[in-house]
Amino acid sequence: MTIDAESPLVQFLSPDGEVRVPANLAQYGEYLRELTEQDYLKFYRDMARCRRFDNEANALQRQGQLGLWIPAIGQEAAQIGSGYGVGANDHIFPSYREHGVAITHDIDLISILKMLRGVNHGGWNPDETRFHLYAIVLGTQVLHATGYAMGVKFDGKVATGNKADDLAVISYFGDGATAEGDVSEAFLFAAINQSPIVFFCQNNQWAISSRTDAQTKVPLYQRGEGFGVPGTRIDGNDVLAAYAVTKKHMDDAREGAGPHLIEALTYRIGAHTTSDDPTKYRDEAEVEYWKARDPLDRLEKFLRRNGIGQDFFDDVAHAGEEMSREIREATFALQNPPVENMFKHVYSQQHPLIDEQMAWLENYEASFGGDE
Amino acid sequence: MSQIAYFNLPDVGEGLTEAEIVSWKVAVGDRVSVNQIIVEIETAKSLVELPCPFEGVVTELLAQEGQTVEVGKPIISATVSDGAVGAVATASLPTIDAEVAQSAHQAVADAAATVASEEVMKPLVGYGVAATAGHSRRRARGPITPVPVVAPSTSAIPLIPGAPATSLIAVVPAELNVIAKPPIRKLAKDLGVDLTKVKATGYAGEITREDVLAGAQQASVFKNLSTPEPKSEREERIPVKGVRKAIASAMVRSAFTAPHVSIFVDVDATRTMEYVKRLKNSADFAGVKVTPLLIMAKAMMWAVRRNPTVNSTWTDEEIIVHNFVNFGIAAATPRGLIVPNIKDADKMSLLELAKAIEQLSNTAREGKTTPADMADGTITITNIGVFGVDTGTPILNPGEVGIVALGSIRPKPWVVDNEIVIRQVTTIGATFDHRVVDGDVASRFVQDVASVIEEPALLLD
Repeated sequence: MTIDAESPLVQFLSPDGEVRVPANLAQYGEYLRELTEQDYLKFYRDMARCRRFDNEANALQRQGQLGLWIPAIGQEAAQIGSGYGVGANDHIFPSYREHGVAITHDIDLISILKMLRGVNHGGWNPDETRFHLYAIVLGTQVLHATGYAMGVKFDGKVATGNKADDLAVISYFGDGATAEGDVSEAFLFAAINQSPIVFFCQNNQWAISSRTDAQTKVPLYQRGEGFGVPGTRIDGNDVLAAYAVTKKHMDDAREGAGPHLIEALTYRIGAHTTSDDPTKYRDEAEVEYWKARDPLDRLEKFLRRNGIGQDFFDDVAHAGEEMSREIREATFALQNPPVENMFKHVYSQQHPLIDEQMAWLENYEASFGGDE
Repeated sequence: MSQIAYFNLPDVGEGLTEAEIVSWKVAVGDRVSVNQIIVEIETAKSLVELPCPFEGVVTELLAQEGQTVEVGKPIISATVSDGAVGAVATASLPTIDAEVAQSAHQAVADAAATVASEEVMKPLVGYGVAATAGHSRRRARGPITPVPVVAPSTSAIPLIPGAPATSLIAVVPAELNVIAKPPIRKLAKDLGVDLTKVKATGYAGEITREDVLAGAQQASVFKNLSTPEPKSEREERIPVKGVRKAIASAMVRSAFTAPHVSIFVDVDATRTMEYVKRLKNSADFAGVKVTPLLIMAKAMMWAVRRNPTVNSTWTDEEIIVHNFVNFGIAAATPRGLIVPNIKDADKMSLLELAKAIEQLSNTAREGKTTPADMADGTITITNIGVFGVDTGTPILNPGEVGIVALGSIRPKPWVVDNEIVIRQVTTIGATFDHRVVDGDVASRFVQDVASVIEEPALLLD
């Protein structure tokens, strides 16, 4: 059920929970050697947290509390692994499904819900978090990221000789976005300028209802080659592959190696959004196939095999319940912003057209009074 | 002190204005917990299960199954504890005192209006455009108010905060005037019969099963009259993929690997129809769907026991005769034909089999049939009669050596004691894998099935 299964795939953690580093992947394997037990536990804890958050947000949407929800279920390994592969100076340009990456960079999850409730347009400051705002328009963030990476290079923040000063950029997008002209333009600009950027494509195999094979004739990791962007395909349900491959290419980018494309082959277990019904266009058998390759299950198997006891998993479950409760309470407590906020940030200064529109709205709202 | 909280129908898509209540998963008096699935709704886009936003005890279901409700209208109320999240912390789930709810009608309505007008009610998230549809905003201080969808005539008026007193009796959909028991409502829904248009003949204007069936027959007579306009394109290309692709390859595999032999027999099904009618009216089968297909299924079990080779599998080395029946039923679903089967159907009583068939078809219709449901079938029936067809040449489900087609059952001239009389007649068609089933066995099997249809009492054998 995977497309062109013969293509090379970087996988360290098998669906059976076994870790193996083939000799030809030693360049990535080195990054795994640095990991401690605490890192593995952190990966699992965050992946579980991401899934729990997802389920709670989905329920909140079904209860009328969110305008929309965009589930990331099934893609936790690709997101948590790559998120931790990003360095302390690096900038992240997500699309709209990167809740797991947000978790690895301490984004307040309520901020994400605020945006999907329509309270604001994204409630965190990218200057402080280095995690830029969710981009709803498909593929735009890939150009934003490329421009940012070009700027990094112009500022001389690449290969400075002092690793603490270097920085690189990562941009997340899906298989569907690769068919947007924006993404091709981004590849070209990044390649020509030898920009410090990693393009992280989560191929979850469905662009809403279009299969990947309706989007591309060549495997997506090869999409950048004609532009001069080399690519690597990883098992996107293997958190270790996502971590090691992202970390290596972010390190390389910071040292001036130029752009790299990572295709994380994963699967969207849920709907595209809460407005979508995937049972109308895909087979249950396909979903079952991928559920058997669940990213959390295989990491759990690995941890248990390495002596992690039930206590840990109980703790994770308990923390998940706590988080769900907190998220519910916080969501129900959200206040709508005052109506004048709509006009506040359109222009930096007072503007006659905006004043006119605001007066019209006030007048309109007032017209409902005294009619009863 | 406890409070009553309401759950308003949310917009689960983007900009949906209404949804149909498909089925309630809870009843009045049930204790519900946060995120427990309480109802399934169908929107213009999909079937969606709604999780409960609060913890409490259900006091009222404010919309009936089959009813279409506007987004933003309350669908369920529950008694919740004070300060419960999801009940008081949000304006979209307004709450009022339970004690107030017990007051007299007028006082209650007044109180509701007062309570609501003092509440600061913010615009609802995700409630689409329908919150204002049909009635304009009138009140400067108050919220946009939901209008109750159901107004029972008892004093237990559902208390909708902010609803003007007059609107409590304002909107009563025509369907509420219909008197019909839930199984009859379900029957009407299954047959696509509009209950408001059915002539009621029962006591005090109650709609009976016969009324619905009469309505259905009328409906089906006129069903074919709406022929779509010819399409302007000379041809239409439908991509071959998914279920359609699977069907195609299974059919080809079957037709080209197993030499098919088909036989047909006409049979008088009058007694079967009478038997079905008696079962429907029996207390044991109350609420269970009984159709001629059920008798047919039972007839096949009986005939399989007498002719076991029709229930077997061909491998190039051996013929595996199964001493159990995993009974496949070809089901037309919106996504195409699938053949789920009932495991060990031969061990089932008539009642168990009826329930299993109903469940199988419900699961298939909901698109929830799993691969396991479709695996390991041993013999299949296809009910082409529901499409008004007399008979057809069924193609074997791959791996099986027998399949039976049940045609339509309708009144036809029939010779009884040298006289032509009107009987309920059907045609049974069957196909076998000739590598396994010889003509004599095939004929005996079909004759056995036919004799049960002619005389269901044989099942007592």
